[in-house]
Amino acid sequence: MNALRAGGGPYVAAYLPAGFPSRPAFLDLLPAVAACADVVEVGVPFTDPMADGLTIQRASRVALAGGTTLVWIVEALQGLPAHPALYLMTYLNPVLAFGPERLAAKAGRAGVRGLVVPDLPLEEVDLLRPLADAGVELVPLVAPTTSDARLRRLCASAASFVYAITRPATTGGTVAVDAGLRSFLDRVRAASGAHALLAGFGVRTPEQAAALCAHADGVVVGSALVEDLEVGRDPRTRLRALREAMRG
Amino acid sequence: MLPDARGRFGPYGGRFVPELLVPALERLEEEARGALADPAFREALARELRDWAGRPTALTPVPRLSGAWGAELWLKREDLAHTGAHKINNALGQARLARRLGVRRVVAETGAGQHGVASAAACARVGLPCTVFMGAVDMRRQAQNVARIRALGAELAVVEEGDATLRAAIDEALRAWVSDPEGTYYLLGSAVGPHPYPWLVRELQTVIGREARAQMLERAGRLPHAVLACVGGGSNALGLLHPFLGDAGVRRIGIEAAGAATLAHGRNGVLHGCFAPVLQDGHGQVLSSHSAAAGLDYSGVGPEHALLRDTGAVRYEVVGDAEALEAREACCRLEGILPALESAHALAGARREAQRRPGSTLLVGLSGRGDKDLA
Repeated sequence: MNALRAGGGPYVAAYLPAGFPSRPAFLDLLPAVAACADVVEVGVPFTDPMADGLTIQRASRVALAGGTTLVWIVEALQGLPAHPALYLMTYLNPVLAFGPERLAAKAGRAGVRGLVVPDLPLEEVDLLRPLADAGVELVPLVAPTTSDARLRRLCASAASFVYAITRPATTGGTVAVDAGLRSFLDRVRAASGAHALLAGFGVRTPEQAAALCAHADGVVVGSALVEDLEVGRDPRTRLRALREAMRG
Repeated sequence: MLPDARGRFGPYGGRFVPELLVPALERLEEEARGALADPAFREALARELRDWAGRPTALTPVPRLSGAWGAELWLKREDLAHTGAHKINNALGQARLARRLGVRRVVAETGAGQHGVASAAACARVGLPCTVFMGAVDMRRQAQNVARIRALGAELAVVEEGDATLRAAIDEALRAWVSDPEGTYYLLGSAVGPHPYPWLVRELQTVIGREARAQMLERAGRLPHAVLACVGGGSNALGLLHPFLGDAGVRRIGIEAAGAATLAHGRNGVLHGCFAPVLQDGHGQVLSSHSAAAGLDYSGVGPEHALLRDTGAVRYEVVGDAEALEAREACCRLEGILPALESAHALAGARREAQRRPGSTLLVGLSGRGDKDLA
């Protein structure tokens, strides 16, 4: 796959919580799902995930109870086939405990291209400076509540893609692709330039994906994949359906 | 005066929240700065604190307890404030701020239930609907406050997630706010969380220390040798201790609960939007705290306390459940005052200080009443 860029999609980004439903099962699942996704986000579990809804909270609890740590994740990724766009989605505290320098040193070998950190605001990115210095991307998250001025600064900090949160909500639920969301995505697009724009939070159906990709370069799907796993469905079926709908 | 422009008290504090909340926090900071600098807002709040909340609260000399412990003790009686604890000072101020911001509803978290009761009452007074998030474990041990919250017209949302105590309740209140950052006001109950809360809550609570300082000068004719308060998140302690920070002859002592002694045992990290000491494991996962006092049972602590610890402006000690219970019993039997278990930690700290420095004059923050603990 070529580098992510505006107009290069449509891209499908898949979020999988590390260590879910168990550590061994995750090791089998990740390469299978990665083969169907342009971008892979590996979720690092945290005890207090303030931006997550019930589904990912549940998955985090299972992963933590199974002994999933960032140390294990980084080790495990080194043993798996590389994916060109693999990101860690993590709250800040596990990274601070691991040590940003240490993670910067190990990210390359683990095939981690970047981090998505929902509780790290633009004003505090210096905390993860060692990662940026080592070429590890920090993906900016933008929201419908973000002002235009802030949007420009956030987009300017992007390396390959901008993550647009579709609505004021925690992860999960289901998004309505309405006029408000379309105009928000157009507003992000105007600021994001050559960077790819991926829309996430509440994306689960082919219809949503098709409607979103008229205003974005792709979608991120997370909670719906976790729910597939919880009921024994193959998450790849959903990913393929989304891709088909977006190519429409 | 701290915090700085980024909301930092030295290295501590800041605003570590999802992007969705950043604009709401910026708006809150601007509105709060405007309101607290506005004489009309301050006067109206002071009037409500007097007419509705019963301020100023009494400063009570306690001769029998003083005799038993060998020091001259004075109690700052926040238990006599409306709804029974210092929490009302902050809840009323923020509820009035929420009104100014024009929000549709208020959400609040509660541990011991005192902030939940105060928020429910303050929201009723200003005419805003209120939802209180409370952990299932705390609901069981503070059943009386659960009934009061409901009687005052607030909706009580049970939190079964996480450790089902104060930390989980804050997580859930933050999620409710993330889901409606413009229409919802988050009435945070302690000097924790993202900027501007640690500053805002402190500013609304320093009325305790300002009153107490003036009352000591008037009644005792002198400042105390030491001022003591219990520290969970740390709002009553900041409220009482802050106005004494400039007094060179006054020792300032904060008392943490064993099992929730974040300043003593925490490592720096980010919890609930702020960088401060946190009880956590080596992987950055937050550990549950364990104290009989629900209001102190928190794995984090206000960022300003961490700075006051580092600079030595406040000395922090740890008191266990048994020592706090003994102090509570002495206060009940000798003075006819039933303190909250939280406040009993400050009393236990005062007894230790009396042993170290017999005959000294001690001002103790009696942050709340203990009816809630007698389920």
